[in-house]
Amino acid sequence: MIRNGKISARLAGTTDVIVIGAGHAGLSASFLLTQNAVPHVVLERGEIANAWRERSWNNLKLLTPNWQTQLPGYNYAGDDPNGYMSMPDLIAHLEDYAQQSNTPIHTHTTVTSVRKDGNTYRVSTNRGEWRAHAVVIASGACNTPTVPAVASDIPDHIEQLTPHDYRSAADLQPGGVLVVGASATGMQFADELLHAGRKVSIAVGEHVRMPRRYRGKDVLDWMDRCGILQQRYDEVEDLNRGRRLPSSQLVGSNDKAILDLNSLSDQGGQIVGRLMGVNNGVAQFSGSLRNVCALADLKMKRLLSTIDDFIGDDASVPATQAFADTRIEESPQLVCKLDGESIRTIIWATGFRPDYSWLDVPVLDRRGHLQHDGGIVASPGLYVLGLPLMRTRKSSFIFGIADDARHISNHLINFLQSRTGSNSNGVHQHDFGQPRYRRSA
Amino acid sequence: MTNATIAVDNGVNVEALLGAREALTAAPEAAGFIWRAAAEWKGGTHTESSVQRFFGLGEEQSHVQEFTYDTDHPEIFASADKGSTPVEMILVGLAGCLTAGIAAVAQNRDIQLNSVKASIDAPMDIQGILGIDSDVRNGFKSITVNYQIDADASEEDIAALVAQSQKRSAVFDIITNPTNVNVVVNK
Repeated sequence: MIRNGKISARLAGTTDVIVIGAGHAGLSASFLLTQNAVPHVVLERGEIANAWRERSWNNLKLLTPNWQTQLPGYNYAGDDPNGYMSMPDLIAHLEDYAQQSNTPIHTHTTVTSVRKDGNTYRVSTNRGEWRAHAVVIASGACNTPTVPAVASDIPDHIEQLTPHDYRSAADLQPGGVLVVGASATGMQFADELLHAGRKVSIAVGEHVRMPRRYRGKDVLDWMDRCGILQQRYDEVEDLNRGRRLPSSQLVGSNDKAILDLNSLSDQGGQIVGRLMGVNNGVAQFSGSLRNVCALADLKMKRLLSTIDDFIGDDASVPATQAFADTRIEESPQLVCKLDGESIRTIIWATGFRPDYSWLDVPVLDRRGHLQHDGGIVASPGLYVLGLPLMRTRKSSFIFGIADDARHISNHLINFLQSRTGSNSNGVHQHDFGQPRYRRSA
Repeated sequence: MTNATIAVDNGVNVEALLGAREALTAAPEAAGFIWRAAAEWKGGTHTESSVQRFFGLGEEQSHVQEFTYDTDHPEIFASADKGSTPVEMILVGLAGCLTAGIAAVAQNRDIQLNSVKASIDAPMDIQGILGIDSDVRNGFKSITVNYQIDADASEEDIAALVAQSQKRSAVFDIITNPTNVNVVVNK
């Protein structure tokens, strides 16, 4: 409609809080807002758990055991607490949660812009504009696969995939595969491809090595018990580094104690250094491989000895386990001709980044990272949930969302109270903030 | 007898380094440095190179004095041997960079160093530079740095020092990763 010469979008509605995204983070925030009788809606561009639905990999499983899939007011109650959810399992789990919570969700509603207008936020979507006092960004940390600039120098006859394209080994062109990146995703792809009989090279930069199970428990269980995962964001020495830390080399399976570079070597995988450049069709790998592996070995030993110290002389716990240092061949390959013979396909398992292209509030730093203090974004009323090391090391996992969502929703409720000037019990009244909105005709 | 802790002192001003890190995080444009060297042929395979000026923190900077270096080749190459070979200079740079890094990281981690010594071996097949076999590269086949470190720390902490120093070393990066090199002849 056009009024006074200005185009104004159709008003979809006004509410107190808009939650963007119906994944584990958005649903948890909504549950807590509902508990506190805060009017809100959840806007979801697709269906519940959309980011997980977009992951193409057939064998993708959560890296946390089922019993850790704890959400506010909703814990795993299945019969396989030590298993790892497949994507259909996780989607069903989150759908059940939304149903049980009566989440006020608008699916297939894509947010195209969020901007500040005085004391309110205007949230434009493909289905009209919403206005609210506060916005919780719960759109996920892994919207877009990160592909390094060197990808543009790869010759055309090499097939290139990201974790958003890869389904299974059978779908790849016949021939050798170079997996770039040795974090959880790259390691599991390399393992699956080796099982399928492919010739696999894996390019290895800095990585975080750890066993799946240690001394009778899941390693994340120990890390939770001994306080590592409780370490707060404001206690971490180098927070930027901590938030960029690659995902641990974990696999959603109990089949083996550890999936590491040694186990890939044992299956015939070739370990090469970080992919640094492509020059005249020749891939160049870094000569720093030995050192990145030494760093990862040293850090894993420190982690395991922290766990050992925590266990102390508890005789009921199985004995300590040692894992061999990463084996690097005498002269790892430094170059590889990309002529389509030894390598036919490259898979970029080089991480993910969030998409904030719709965020028209100046809260991104020069590198495009959202500036926030433990989830409280530097624009009053704007919050984020579900980012790595957001408030604690646990924030990177689904089971970290409950604490974070509680903290954020409490802060948000105080913010709404201060904004609307309501008295101390105003939180539980439905009417706060309402008079501030004026519905456009 | 007291149990007072003796302050760790490796002669590295870590506070200044950490301060610079903080300042440059806020003002990344000041972090752009340009390193320079000048060289002049002296005859035969002898070249004299010098360094003094460089650019950094947004302005021209200078060493306290000019430093000069002679490079040449040994007598078995039928040269006058007026200085180290250029390839040895690379090893000098690597040793200097890694060792400085070890001192800085040790200071930051409160580890007292008592002595740090390194020896470097870098095998090379000179069939490459002589053009005998085009399959042989000109440069080193590999580089091995052997450290002997005496420090008030565990074996693992010392290993972690050396690993961290490599991670943050410019020369280690220059040697292990490709760099575009432009050599231009000015008219």
